[in-house]
This record gives sequence, structure tokens and C-alpha cells, in this order.
Amino acid sequence: MRNRILDTSTLDKELLKQLDAFIDSLEGDKQEHLIHVLHKAQDLFSYLPQNLQLYIARKLDLSGARVNGVVTFYSYFNEKPVGKYIISVCMGTACFVKGADKVLERVLELTGTNKNEMSSDGLFTVKDVRCIGACGLAPVMTVNDKVYGKVKPKDVDDIIRHYRSIQYESK
Amino acid sequence: MRVNNYNDLKEWKKVCPRKADYKINVLVCNGTSCLSSDSEMLAKILEKEMLNRDLNGEIRIVKTGCFGFCGQGPIIKIEPDDVTYVQVKVEDIAEIVESHLVNRIVVSRLLYKEPNQTNVVEQSSGMNFYKKQMRIALRNCGEIDPENIEDYIVNNGYFALAKVLQEYTPDEVIKIVKESGLRGRGGGGFNTGLKWELTRKVPGREKYIVCNADEGDPGAFMDRSILEGDPHSVLEAMMIAGYAIGASQGLIYIRAEYGVATQRLYRAIKDAKEAGLIGENIFGTDFSFDINIKLGAGAFVCGEETALIRSMEGFRGEPNKKPPFPSVQGFRGKPTSVNNVETFANVPAIILNGSKWFSSIGTEKSKGTKVFALAGQIRNNGLVEVPMGTTFREIIYDIGGGHPGGKEIKAIQIGGPSGGVITKDFFDTKIDYESLLGMGAMMGSGGMIIMDEDSDMVKIAKFYLEFTQDESCGKCTPCRIGTKRMYEILENLVNMKGKPEDLDRLRILGENIKNTSLCGLGQTAPNPVLSTMKYFREEYEAYAYRTKKTTYSIDPKLCIGCTKCARNCPVDCIEGKVKEPHYIDETKCIACGACYEACPVHAIIKP
Repeated sequence: MRNRILDTSTLDKELLKQLDAFIDSLEGDKQEHLIHVLHKAQDLFSYLPQNLQLYIARKLDLSGARVNGVVTFYSYFNEKPVGKYIISVCMGTACFVKGADKVLERVLELTGTNKNEMSSDGLFTVKDVRCIGACGLAPVMTVNDKVYGKVKPKDVDDIIRHYRSIQYESK
Repeated sequence: MRVNNYNDLKEWKKVCPRKADYKINVLVCNGTSCLSSDSEMLAKILEKEMLNRDLNGEIRIVKTGCFGFCGQGPIIKIEPDDVTYVQVKVEDIAEIVESHLVNRIVVSRLLYKEPNQTNVVEQSSGMNFYKKQMRIALRNCGEIDPENIEDYIVNNGYFALAKVLQEYTPDEVIKIVKESGLRGRGGGGFNTGLKWELTRKVPGREKYIVCNADEGDPGAFMDRSILEGDPHSVLEAMMIAGYAIGASQGLIYIRAEYGVATQRLYRAIKDAKEAGLIGENIFGTDFSFDINIKLGAGAFVCGEETALIRSMEGFRGEPNKKPPFPSVQGFRGKPTSVNNVETFANVPAIILNGSKWFSSIGTEKSKGTKVFALAGQIRNNGLVEVPMGTTFREIIYDIGGGHPGGKEIKAIQIGGPSGGVITKDFFDTKIDYESLLGMGAMMGSGGMIIMDEDSDMVKIAKFYLEFTQDESCGKCTPCRIGTKRMYEILENLVNMKGKPEDLDRLRILGENIKNTSLCGLGQTAPNPVLSTMKYFREEYEAYAYRTKKTTYSIDPKLCIGCTKCARNCPVDCIEGKVKEPHYIDETKCIACGACYEACPVHAIIKP
């Protein structure tokens, strides 16, 4: 990995500058902050392509394998591009016993994707996630930061239509 | 305000705005659950109304943390009238303002209606949901504005820390916490004072206090609610613990998914630092303490303390063999005490009220209270805090209101993926750490999932196994491969491809995984299967002997022939004439449940 040539041409220069500034501002042992840095990088770039991982590795003086090992261990990090709207269907127990699997099925059907893949229009990525702790509202799904509670499969149609329409209007 | 000594804090408390300064306090729940139903908007409209009517001198709008009554959210509580309004919508605000706040007439249509009771209870304290509760860890949740440090100080916030620094030696603090009988609320139930003592005894100047806020058990959300509703209590307790063990650094490891809680923690730390309550020479003593936040990244195993420490150091969150325990060799190889959020939230109350007070609550070996999260097939979803020794029946029927549709409750799953099921024969058992272990379950973090007669226990067990095998970090073989094999057997069973001998294989494999796994995740992963197998063996046998019915059917005695089911069936397998009993062609039924949902008289029988 050490000898691999780092090609950053596909990465946005301005965002890289922001990432650099963030890493430089960290105090103490920078390697210890790897997960923090990856959070920041994902906030900036929306996902963590391999060259970005290698860039971070070089910056923190770690091996690429070590960084990739951490990225793939934690489900929060994405190695593939994600849609503009990330739909997370909670698969916690409370949601499960209230039919979250049927909600997920409907979401996948309407967006035409598989789990953890981006829809062909680049709008949606659908994930099944661990309990988000909103069990009183089960079943729950979130679209980016917005939480939808007590979702029935037929409600999904309206939710997806809503995000498609704001997309259409903004064009 | 800057606090340089104990006196400053006392003076500050005197000038902090208090509820009594206002004629009315309107508490609007801003916990995650209520926020998702736009409670923030309710607060905004209320604030605007107060300005318009020039009432903001008399009436204060307080954005609080969770009231616990999440299933009925958004919640608004009016004090001092002690009236709670449930499921409040934007369009209800005008009436609340005009009727209650201006004319002092309660809006009875927005009160909670107890099931099977004709008259509504006006006072919140008279509601069945709150009557049997006792709030220690949740004492400030739903009472104060978590983003306002003065609200915390008015409720004696940081006075426990002041008392500790003024009056006690570290050993005395440990003695008080030990004698209170407080045990870890995150799962295992280890004596908290003893845990601190072990860390204190290890020589060395560099030690760490860690708050485990990686609440991962599906169905448990008490830690999130405490952090959202009362973040300062956790900070204060971490400093008390730091003083006791001789640490000057505290770290909070929190799930990245808990956005609101993280923001409120950052805010609380900033405010406490500005007030001099976190930092150098706190209260003018030579005790200094700093607190930082470490974000998790979505790995359940990181709730295990050694894995959590690895993750904080920037590695894959894989657990280590114990010993050495973190109290000897933890974060950065230094002595570290890892305690859970709810455990910490109890500490300031113990210091202020004394160990005798705390140990007078609860059972012989389990002291104090425990917060439980009620979810699943129960009327009152939410968070409840009760003394240890309360029975399951009291929690699910008296507080939880029983099944929303009046069906029979078959079992309770407690302790998440590490726990087990409690069947209705045990509903009168007093809950404490020991009684749960005796029943093959465990306290875990206190998530209770209530299941009715329609729940398929084999599928529930399979659900938990799918979760743990997915979350297994892969370091040790029994957990990595064993849980996968168990899951495959369960999958075969559920798909009617199982064999009778699978049941023995499951049990033996499960016991081996329990005995040989490296960390708590693997050691408890088989529990949901083993405990459901013990109590619901017939459900497993129905799958293993392939006698399980997998399609829907219609009870001809109940069917009124309305044809709704037939019209909703996606595969047209329901036949029958109008006003005559219908029947389902079981060879074509795909068990989608559409007929079950459509039937107005509950004549459809689930598989």
C-alpha cells in the first residue's frame, strides 16, 4: 500500500483543503483521531472512495490497509457513492415486530434499488439500520435527518413522492 | 457567571430564573421522539403567541427533554397546574393559549384518556403511567431545559460535585457509592463503587473516566433520553468519578446516530467550561478535569468496554481478552473506568441524598431504580423508571396500559440481543438482576419488547441472531462462525426445510458459543434462541416437524361475507358469495396479510 500512487485528481480540491485544515487543528496523537477524521471526511465528500482513504492514511502516517480496515469495520462509513437522500429504515426489535420489513420492501420497490445501493437517478440510497432509539414511534424510517414515525407501507408512497417532487421543483 | 468556589455556586443558584418566577410554565417535549412529530414547531408558535399577547413575562415556554410518554407525543405539560396534553398538533395551540393559558380552563379533549375509563384524569400525577414511577435517573428529564445550565443549577445541579470536593476524600466518595449499592445499568450489573475502587487502587497518575453512551440494544433508548434531557447530570457524575479514582480526563463515547444528544452534550460541556465547572482548579480546589466526546461509527460490539476502548483509540472495535481489565489497562494502556450513562445519572442524587436513602429503595441485592423502555405491542410506548423489585405485571399492565388491542400478552423480551424472554407465568416476578438471570434472561440495558399471541417466537429469535451475527466483529471463531451456523439452522427451520434433530444442534451449538466466545457479545448471543426454545418449544417443533401452518385462513363463524378480504387479496385466492362465509385457497395464499388488515370483524386467522 505504501508504494501505491496516490491519485487525488478525482477529489474536490476545496474540500481537501477543508479536510487538511481539520486534521491540522486536531490536538495530541493524530492517529488516535482516525475515526473522527473519517467522520469529517464523509461529511465533506458524502462517501469515502479509496483514494480519499489513502489520502487520509498518508496524512496521518498510517498504512492504507489500516484505514481501509477501520472504514469497512464500521457500518456508518460508505465506500460507495450515496444518493442525495439517505433513507434509513430502522430494523430494531420494536420496529421489526411492528412490520418494518414490509416498510423496507416498499421503499426498495419504489426507489428501484437494492439495500445499500444508490438509485440510478442518484436520488436515494436505502439502508436498513440498527435501532435508532425512537421505539415509541415504531416502525420508523428517516430520510437524511427527518424522522418519520408509525410508518405504514402505504405511507411510503407519499414520502418518496415528496422527495421526488422537491427534486423536480429545484430543477 | 463564573464559579470560583462553592459560595459562587450558591449565589448563582439564588439568581437563576426558577419556575416559581412565572405564573405558568409550558413544558414542550423536545426529545427525539416528539421532535419527529414537529414539537419544535409547537414551541416556536407558543413563543410567538406569548410575544404577540405580551405574556412572556408571566409565561415561560420551556423546551425540555423526554417525558417518557413517547407513544402519545408530542407532549405539552402545563405547570403548576400539572396538566399534560398529548398528541398536540399545531392547530391545537391557539386553543391551549386562549383557553388554558389565558382563561385557565383545561382543554379536556387533549388530555390522555385512560383505557376502559370513562372520566379523564386531569392531573398528570394521577395518570396510571406516572403513578407507580419513581424518577431518580430521569429526575430532570421533562422538567428542565437541557440546553440551559441555569435550569440544572436551580435543581441543585453541580452541588453534588461541590459537596464532594469540599467535604469528602476520594476514598469516602467510593465508600458512599459502594454502600449505596448502585450497580452498572448497562448490562452486567457490577457494583459501581467497587469498579471505581479497583481503578483507584492501580498506581499511576494518568487515568481515565469513560462514559459508555454507545447504547446499542435494539429497543432501549434510556441513555439517549438522559443525554438529551439532562446532559449536565452525566458530566457532573463523570467529574465525581474522576475525583474518586484520581483521573483528570473524561471521555464520552457516543453513537454517531444520536445527533440531538451529541449536540446537547457539546453545548453542555461548553457552558460548564465557561462557568468554570469543567476545567482547571474546580471550585478553587486542586482538582482539574476535562471532558471530550468521541463519536462511534455504527458497530454494536463497541458497547463492550474493551472494544469501546479500541474504537476510541482509532482502531477497529474488536474486544480484548480480560484480564487485564480496563480498570488496570484501558484507554492508552492506562487505568480506565467505563460506566454507562444511566449509572452516572444516579450518582449526583446519591451524593446529595446519601447512600442510605438510595439503598432503602429496591430489593436486597439490587438497589435504587431502573429505567425500562417499553416498546412493541403495548399501549403506552415509552420510558418508565421504577424501583427495583417492581413486577413485570405492574410495568406492562398498570404503567404500560396493556395490549393496545386488548389481546393477551404472550411474552416480554428483555435485555435485547443478549437477553431472553419472560413468559406470562413469570409476570409476577419482582425484577432485579438476580431474578432475571435465574429466568435465563438478563437486565441488559432495560429494553422491554412486549409480544402478543401473534408473535412468532422462532422468527423473533432468528431476528436477534441475524442481528448478532451481523454485528459479530469476527475476531473469535465461536462467535463469528457459530452464530452464522445458528442463523442458518433457524433460517432453514423458518423456511420449512428443517429437521427434528436441528433443535438439539441449535441447543448444543448455542451452549458452546456461550462457553467459548471472547467477549460479552458472543457469550450472550445464543440467549434469545435458548430461552425461546426453553419456553416455546412447541413453536420450534412445529417448524422442525413441518406441521406449522403458513397460510391465512378464515373463521367461518365470524365471517360476515363483506367481501373486503377478497377485494384486497393480491393473488385472488379468496372466494365466497356476498353475505356468506368466505374461504382461502391455501395452495395459492402468499401470506401477505392484506386480508387480515382489511377484515372489519377479525375473522381472519393468522398463520
